[in-house]
Amino acid sequence: MTATKPRIKIPESAKAGEVIEVRTLVTHVMETGNRKDKDGKVIAREIVHTFVAKYADQQVFRAELGPGISANPFIAFSLKVPGPGTFEFSWTDDSGATVIETLPLNVV
Amino acid sequence: MSRTPGISVLNRRSLLLSAAGAALAFPAWLALAQETAQTVVERSKLFEDAMSALLKGATPVEGRITLELPEIAENGNFVPLTVSVDSPMTHDNYVKAIHILSSANPVARVATFHLSPVNSVARVQSRMRLAKTQDVFAIAELSDGSLAMGTATVKVTIGGCSS
Repeated sequence: MTATKPRIKIPESAKAGEVIEVRTLVTHVMETGNRKDKDGKVIAREIVHTFVAKYADQQVFRAELGPGISANPFIAFSLKVPGPGTFEFSWTDDSGATVIETLPLNVV
Repeated sequence: MSRTPGISVLNRRSLLLSAAGAALAFPAWLALAQETAQTVVERSKLFEDAMSALLKGATPVEGRITLELPEIAENGNFVPLTVSVDSPMTHDNYVKAIHILSSANPVARVATFHLSPVNSVARVQSRMRLAKTQDVFAIAELSDGSLAMGTATVKVTIGGCSS
């Protein structure tokens, strides 16, 4: 199962130089690879292992996730707004699939 | 506290934990409860290996990291985690990365967060799994090459299944 339904929370508007909080969530099972099904067979690991956030084409945050991160991974970080720009978030999972979400920030 | 026969170990443990919560006004009780908790904190071989691979023989500074986790997690599948590092986050002095390690999960490394001065505030939030009562460690790599460490113990009522 690939990551779906990215949800991003950023302020409605921000000033250049302001520090904002960026909250992100994506729907994903984050299967640990340690569980067994009812026949005793190990369920293969299937997690989002990399999360990257870019702003105005510059990487501003990156996370490598392990199976110890909860299902539907939630990640929040801070950013000092350098100026006008658009966020690009990407989540890559064990199947190799990448989900990308873009969102402009209203810089006033 | 009277105990009915046949009460399960889990129930007794949660009773003990709630007793510990109620005993906040009695430091002696609390100390006793903490000592009891210490004995159940497990540190796996995997964790020790992951930790020494990260530290590479260096001694991390304690006290610059605030690791916010609940003292008691009722559901080990969703444990809110906030980690912040006391850093000016300037180009000469910033946090490069924060590693989160768990002492008793099947996989010790929970996550690594990469930061840079653009973040301005070295603070990250997430949600983690905890298989059982254990210690969680945050290790920050600073731009001058030094390391800082913070730790928190979480008592887990229902473990996050094989996280």
